[in-house]
Amino acid sequence: MSQVSLTIDGIEVQAAPGTSVLEAAKKAGIKIPTLCYLEEINEIGACRICLVEVQGARTLQASCVTPVAPGMVVRTNTPAVRHARKLNLELIMSNHPQECLTCPRSTNCELQQLASELGITEIRFSGANPSYEPDLSSASLVRDPRKCILCRRCVSVCEKVQQVSAIAPQERGFNTIVAPAFLEPLGDTACVNCGQCALVCPTAAIHEKDQTAEVWAALSDPRKHVVVQTAPAVRVSIGEMFGLEPGSVVTGQMVAALRKLGFDKVFDTDFTADLTIMEEGSELLQRIQNGGRLPLITSCSPGWIKFIEHFYPRLLPHLSTCKSPQQMFGALAKTYYAEKSGIDPADIFVVSIMPCTAKKFEAGRQGMNGSGYQDVDVVLTTRELGRMLKEAGIDFNSLTEEEYDHPLGISTGAGVIFGSTGGVMEAALRTAYELVTGRTLPTLDFKEVRGLAGIKEASVDLNGTVLNVAVANGLANAREMMDRVKNGKRYHFIEIMCCPGGCIGGGGQPIPTNKEIRTKRAAGIYSADESMPLRKSHENPAVQALYKEFLGEPLGHKSHELLHTRYTARGKY
Amino acid sequence: MKSLEELDKLRDRLQQEMKIRDKDYDVAITVSMGTCGIAAGAREIVKALLEELKQQGLNNVALTQTSCVGLCQHEPLLEVTRGSEKTTYVNVDQEMAKEIVRKHLVEGTIVKDWTAPKK
Amino acid sequence: MEMYRSHVLVCAGAGCISSDCKSVQSALREHIEKTGLENEVKVVETGCMGPCDLGPVIMIFPDGVFYRKLKPEDAVEIVNEHLIKGKVVTRLLHRPVGSEERVADFGQLEFFKRQTRIALRNTGIINPESVEEYIARDGYRALGKVLSQMTPQQVIDTVKESGLRGRGGAGFPTGMKWEFTARANGDTKYVVCNADEGDPGAFMDRSILEGDPHSVLEAMAICGYAIRASRGYIYVRAEYPLAVDRLETAINKAREYGLLGENIFGTGFNFDIETRVGAGAFVCGEETALLASIEGQRGEPRPKPPFPAQEGLWGKPTVINNVETWANIPPIILNGAGWFASIGTEKSKGTKVFALAGKVNNTGLVEVPMGTTLREIIFDIGGGIPGGKKFKAVQTGGPSGGCIPEEYLDTPVDYDSLTKLGTIMGSGGMIIVDEDTCMVDLAKFFLEFVQEESCGKCAPCRIGTKRMLEILQRITSGDGRQGDIELLEELSRGIKSSALCGLGQTAPNPVLSTLRYFRHEYEAHINDKKCPAGACQALLTYYINPETCRGCGLCSKECPAGAITGEKKKPHVIDPAKCIKCGSCKQKCKFGSIITV
Repeated sequence: MSQVSLTIDGIEVQAAPGTSVLEAAKKAGIKIPTLCYLEEINEIGACRICLVEVQGARTLQASCVTPVAPGMVVRTNTPAVRHARKLNLELIMSNHPQECLTCPRSTNCELQQLASELGITEIRFSGANPSYEPDLSSASLVRDPRKCILCRRCVSVCEKVQQVSAIAPQERGFNTIVAPAFLEPLGDTACVNCGQCALVCPTAAIHEKDQTAEVWAALSDPRKHVVVQTAPAVRVSIGEMFGLEPGSVVTGQMVAALRKLGFDKVFDTDFTADLTIMEEGSELLQRIQNGGRLPLITSCSPGWIKFIEHFYPRLLPHLSTCKSPQQMFGALAKTYYAEKSGIDPADIFVVSIMPCTAKKFEAGRQGMNGSGYQDVDVVLTTRELGRMLKEAGIDFNSLTEEEYDHPLGISTGAGVIFGSTGGVMEAALRTAYELVTGRTLPTLDFKEVRGLAGIKEASVDLNGTVLNVAVANGLANAREMMDRVKNGKRYHFIEIMCCPGGCIGGGGQPIPTNKEIRTKRAAGIYSADESMPLRKSHENPAVQALYKEFLGEPLGHKSHELLHTRYTARGKY
Repeated sequence: MKSLEELDKLRDRLQQEMKIRDKDYDVAITVSMGTCGIAAGAREIVKALLEELKQQGLNNVALTQTSCVGLCQHEPLLEVTRGSEKTTYVNVDQEMAKEIVRKHLVEGTIVKDWTAPKK
Repeated sequence: MEMYRSHVLVCAGAGCISSDCKSVQSALREHIEKTGLENEVKVVETGCMGPCDLGPVIMIFPDGVFYRKLKPEDAVEIVNEHLIKGKVVTRLLHRPVGSEERVADFGQLEFFKRQTRIALRNTGIINPESVEEYIARDGYRALGKVLSQMTPQQVIDTVKESGLRGRGGAGFPTGMKWEFTARANGDTKYVVCNADEGDPGAFMDRSILEGDPHSVLEAMAICGYAIRASRGYIYVRAEYPLAVDRLETAINKAREYGLLGENIFGTGFNFDIETRVGAGAFVCGEETALLASIEGQRGEPRPKPPFPAQEGLWGKPTVINNVETWANIPPIILNGAGWFASIGTEKSKGTKVFALAGKVNNTGLVEVPMGTTLREIIFDIGGGIPGGKKFKAVQTGGPSGGCIPEEYLDTPVDYDSLTKLGTIMGSGGMIIVDEDTCMVDLAKFFLEFVQEESCGKCAPCRIGTKRMLEILQRITSGDGRQGDIELLEELSRGIKSSALCGLGQTAPNPVLSTLRYFRHEYEAHINDKKCPAGACQALLTYYINPETCRGCGLCSKECPAGAITGEKKKPHVIDPAKCIKCGSCKQKCKFGSIITV
């Protein structure tokens, strides 16, 4: 299609037909402020901040939803435009609690930022504000409708990216509230706790359930032996909380910081990621050999687990029975590690640092107490850890790198790549290939399953057996994948991650998280993998020792007790 | 409905019965319906007239009533108005009423014999 | 159908139904049977005849006698005297305001005489449940004509040349809308009727649906032929159950006659219509919100472009017109564009139906040529202001419109003249207010309405109208501040220029227009804490006239605040510090001694 030519602020701009004026302006280096806009996800023209003057139009136009037209003359900086933007922002702020100083999103709030950019120095309107109570029913997320500015980004993400539609605008007009249907508590709905809503919320209207206080309490309790595990994707994102580039690999600083916080042992979820490969890989080979239910589908992503339980309960037998690495870790910390270190498991307190809000829910699922205790005591998101470090006054960027503790801190590059979409698949293929063929892989990189594409497929030849595999990230893609399975498309193994990009794009990650940032974090993950001395799970000496000393063999009796779980079919609503 | 012609035919038939609402008629028959008229049988005259109008398919005739016109001895009495021309028939019975429709309204001949009081 | 010597038309419009026309009708039927007239006299239930304040009303043909304010007891007399003896029952005739005489012939009443009924040509005249009565009045001939004698482009050209503009709000040329849709890419196209009439006081669309549903069906089929669509939807609000019923009946009857469905008039043209019942959100009258609602989405407007003509229902090119617009189409086809264009003004052709409401003698529906003056509509047809009160203003266009003061009463009404005066034609609501109405209060009423009906999608409408309302509330309760008028103006301009949809953009109009013509009333509220019309309770001061007070004590017993004291049989006094201005003392006083200023 030929380009459309228009003028923005006197500059000739070329844009493809269908491009919005906002995008066209961006390309021309003209910044138009936005608030409700979320590229490709929420383009609804609701906040009326990105208004511009279009010659010939009766009213100001929202540039995010106004397509370019040939010969269009746009002005983005006129008195009328500035005045209308400010007035609309002032109105939005008049309907927002003035609690910036005590707000969890203070200094990372788009509304606050915009108010400062547009120079709002006074709110001349006082009046009623809707008085909805916070919804604390979810294990993962808190909805605080008072702070909601009804931008609907959360609604669009939930509906389009995740296709869960747990929340939508309810009521009308001034009383509009984004909430589950019939204003049900979020915890009672099909919400999968993925936290993508919290990630895109410009304010603190939806945020993770903050559990830092519980961790502070454990850390200051002399009777507790507090151990921490860090998920693969946290090491490439926590730096952002301290101003580092997204994707900066800061594993060593993070370990040092956690020690400074007072954790007794700093371990790595990557260890149990390697272990997952051993268990899940064995499960796959067993199913293939014994004519078991195929395809086998991964089970490390708790948002995905709740999704399939709600929306595809008939496909539950396809799920691997493996617990997620977080839960395997908890179970082993309070058994194997307790035994080995001679500590009463009752005194061990397990904290997880996760890129994920759904992990909070997962830790409380039925059966997550194989050790005889709750396996994981508290789950913190990357954001919560960032806040604790700041509160403790830890100068993250100047810390000297430190190593994880043994033995649950030993891992391979295969464990690291669990943090990105395709990583579990690649890790599994590295191990399966070598175990089945008995040959060493010539190259470790399975590039077909890497990258941020929503659905990836590949076929791998294992000594004559062709393994058809697929990888999906984001639940809309997971849905597409499940429909393919239902319609009889044949796969052996499918990896599904709930969040776009996998855990690097998890709902507990630093804000903002967007396509560009996810790409950088994924790059960080693969560079961390490359820098690891060991890059195949079955070569992890600590995992080998674990089987020798404690578990026996993959899928053995003890494994079943500690490392495997069951699922529950749930209703659609 | 297969064609516009079919619709028009139907319309023409249906219009016969709707014409009454247009206040657009050529002839009016007014039957005197005072107590005297009714006592003399005017109600039956109205019925007979209506029956004959239907029979003849006349839809441009308003069939109305009026109160006693002061000629009580000549009841039942009716008046046919066409434009400015007014004809009064007296001592009408049902058969005469029908005949008036046929002669006066259809053929256009005033039945002179019945217009004056009988000797 | 059968031939009868007399037809008794009983209005069964919503106004008459609420004044119990049903009992009048059954009493008439009962007595007609009792007197053996059932083969001579036909009772027909019609849609709204228009003069709603006079209900229940009936018309008796062939004489065209109009009876009003009937009670079931009146049936006996009407049958015995009028239907049997031909004697008009004088006491049941209407006596127009200011006239000494009662008028028998409806055609002689100013209310009817001055009307030109195109959209309402059948409403109140035919039985809406009878397709035969519609056909008898040339119904479906226009459809037959376009299908057998015209090309789709000729149909579009005729509608364009007629100059017909949308009767629902913005007044967009109907023919152009059809042409854009006809030219849009795509094989599947839709025809939609907007019957989500929601302006307070406007009910012309309901009257047409209830009184002449086939005219809408026929028009939609004509449009379907013109734009090559085979399916139509009528989006009608659930608050109009009778309209929904009549539409369903009409659709079924039309299908029976082969006037909807497959191979209409044997020409191979297929067209069918379904109804969709809305849940009563005002904003669903906005076309994109309406389409979303038909699709099962939350009823909210979306940005335009794309316009429905390009991407409408389910993303397909769609013509969407309101009921009154549709009702004009068959006569335009039958009588020609030139005929229609000869009525009205230069840029506003044809007629417009107005719903007269408020402080006017004849409330109800009237259809007049475009260009009729406000004075003619309000005083000649509407019969002027009741109770000897003075006319103050007329609010047109509902909550999106504005008010027009007395000095512009001689303005010929059309789209452009109303826009010039700061208001709009809208759907044709006219609310007349007299000297007792406070214009700030009036603006507050409309703002309350739009506030209540805002969909909540865009910030300026959702929050801005709320803030405006809050300012008006404080002004009318005596807490107005310096700068409030300027703040209202700033908000109005902001919302007008930045709201997402037409409803939001026009929401400040009632405030802007009252500010334009009645700014002094706002100033009096704010500066002097006085309501010039004496309507704002909170701004009144109550006191007792000692000259006329007899000291009966009734008022002090009634006062819930204990603000009235006095000895028996001596003049009482009100303590202004305690008075809560509830007005109950004033109601109770038998001597008119309690005065407000």
